[in-house]
Amino acid sequence: MDKNNYINRGNISTKIGFGKGIKSAAEQNPRVIGLGSDITSSVGMSIFAEAFPKRFYSLGIAEQNAVGIAAGMALSGLIPVFSTYAVFAALRTLDQIRISLCYNNVNVVIGGAHAGISVGPDGATHQALEDIAVLRAIPNITIISACDATQTEIATKKAIANISGPVYIRFGREPMPDFSDTQQKFKIGKAQIMRPGTDIAIIATGNLVWESLEAAKKLSEKGIEAKVINMHTIKPLDEEAIIQAAKECGCIISAEEHQITGGLGSAVAEVIVKNHPIPMDFVGMPDTFGESGEAMELMHKYGMTSESIFNKSIKLIAKKS
Amino acid sequence: MTSQLKEIAKEIRKHTLISIATAGSGHTGGSLGMADVFAVLYFHQMQHRPSNPTWENRDRLILSIGHITPVHYTTLALAGYFDIDELLSLRKLGSRLQGHPGRDHGLPGLELSAGSLGQGLSVAVGMALAAKHQNKKHHIYSIVGDGELQEGSIWEAAMSAAHYQLDNLTIVVDRNGVQIDGKTEDVMSLEPLNEKWKAFGWNVLECDGNNIDELINTFDIAKKHQGKPSVIIAKTLMGKGIAEIEGDYKWHGRAPSFDELNSWNIK
Repeated sequence: MDKNNYINRGNISTKIGFGKGIKSAAEQNPRVIGLGSDITSSVGMSIFAEAFPKRFYSLGIAEQNAVGIAAGMALSGLIPVFSTYAVFAALRTLDQIRISLCYNNVNVVIGGAHAGISVGPDGATHQALEDIAVLRAIPNITIISACDATQTEIATKKAIANISGPVYIRFGREPMPDFSDTQQKFKIGKAQIMRPGTDIAIIATGNLVWESLEAAKKLSEKGIEAKVINMHTIKPLDEEAIIQAAKECGCIISAEEHQITGGLGSAVAEVIVKNHPIPMDFVGMPDTFGESGEAMELMHKYGMTSESIFNKSIKLIAKKS
Repeated sequence: MTSQLKEIAKEIRKHTLISIATAGSGHTGGSLGMADVFAVLYFHQMQHRPSNPTWENRDRLILSIGHITPVHYTTLALAGYFDIDELLSLRKLGSRLQGHPGRDHGLPGLELSAGSLGQGLSVAVGMALAAKHQNKKHHIYSIVGDGELQEGSIWEAAMSAAHYQLDNLTIVVDRNGVQIDGKTEDVMSLEPLNEKWKAFGWNVLECDGNNIDELINTFDIAKKHQGKPSVIIAKTLMGKGIAEIEGDYKWHGRAPSFDELNSWNIK
């Protein structure tokens, strides 16, 4: 593969991918049902709701009830997809997700919209930066955080088509580079190697995959070849890909638009510590709340950009034995 | 019919007490108080097939107050879902009879793993909405505790059931008036309960939850009502059937010893 040949076809919000993914899955399967909590168009769900108005139920601003209703529908043979902002979808409903969804192991898709700090001006209350950490601790759930709109659409469609237990799909609002292969092979739980390299491995999720590829380009100019892994599935985690990267590269940096505490980086560290301990560093939110600002201003301020990945990579490589 | 159901309720009480005493822990008071409701539901009201627990057109019972699951287990066993001896495995390691209902252990007849208060009613609403969506005729029943009504999510569920006119949903509020810390009205007042449910758009019925005839009649009215979900506020007595513990909230979560059990006369 050409190491630096990823092209941004234009910035698109991943929520568009989510909406198209549901619609496309719903065309194949009449059991797919949509559930909304007042912000239907804001989370991309209206793409489905407009195509299938009789299969969409408005449940008002009552997220805990929506998750319970989803569980009841799933136990009745339907495949409900419920989406709202990730702060509510994953955190306000946590007990319902734990018991009604995960303990019952029902076929429900939860869409966590407006995830990350890039939701911007709305400020800290609406910036979901803890959802991966919290949900990842619960048995039976699958957690997906695709790298762009194209992949979010493919992932959503596949997650619904092959559903076997609860699935959480995380996506953002801000239009971000859309670059992944439209004909890509996508398998839930199987990491994608975006770029080969043996000096350092960058394991990223969500929109930070693009930032990681940008960082890898700059590292390459310095003679450093970074392996870039798109960890689009946080759970179940592709441990094999992580262990292999650790052995090949000797150091790993994680990158995510999420708190460093408990997120993808922590998940990777758990695998590394147990199997092949090597130096690691983390790019993500440094245990603080966000604030208002434009998306990219915030990404810069809190160090979730290609520059940050580049700088931390240089320092980390120096620690390799 | 009435005397038969009374006998069944008595059997339910007896085996529930033995199973809790054998377990050494469990929720005695609420389980005994609801024995009559369970007898009427499983031996009169509900359409179900113990030999085919997942029969598609069965009526569903969602136990939102998971902690009284011993009375549900006993009822399922007496109805023929599994052998009555298995009740003695309640709360033991490896048992299908978990302390709070857990479907993952494979007990036939359980519709939902539940126990975190305030969640089950939403699931029942989801099942009722799904049945409407699929044009199916079965009925959804759910049992919620009165203390459980203090959970905000109950009222989210109540709003949504009325919004979608789920007349295929009947819930029973176990109005025994007590919870772990004492009387519901002291811990966090619920009254006026009837008016609250009415204001939320429900068909509200009240009855003596320990009177078989009243229960039969009230369930019948509830099921026939169209255009609204029904709530039966069933006044029950915690510990009903055992004179020594009736109405005593200290028996909410206490298991009897075998000495106590042997000294009691079950009614």
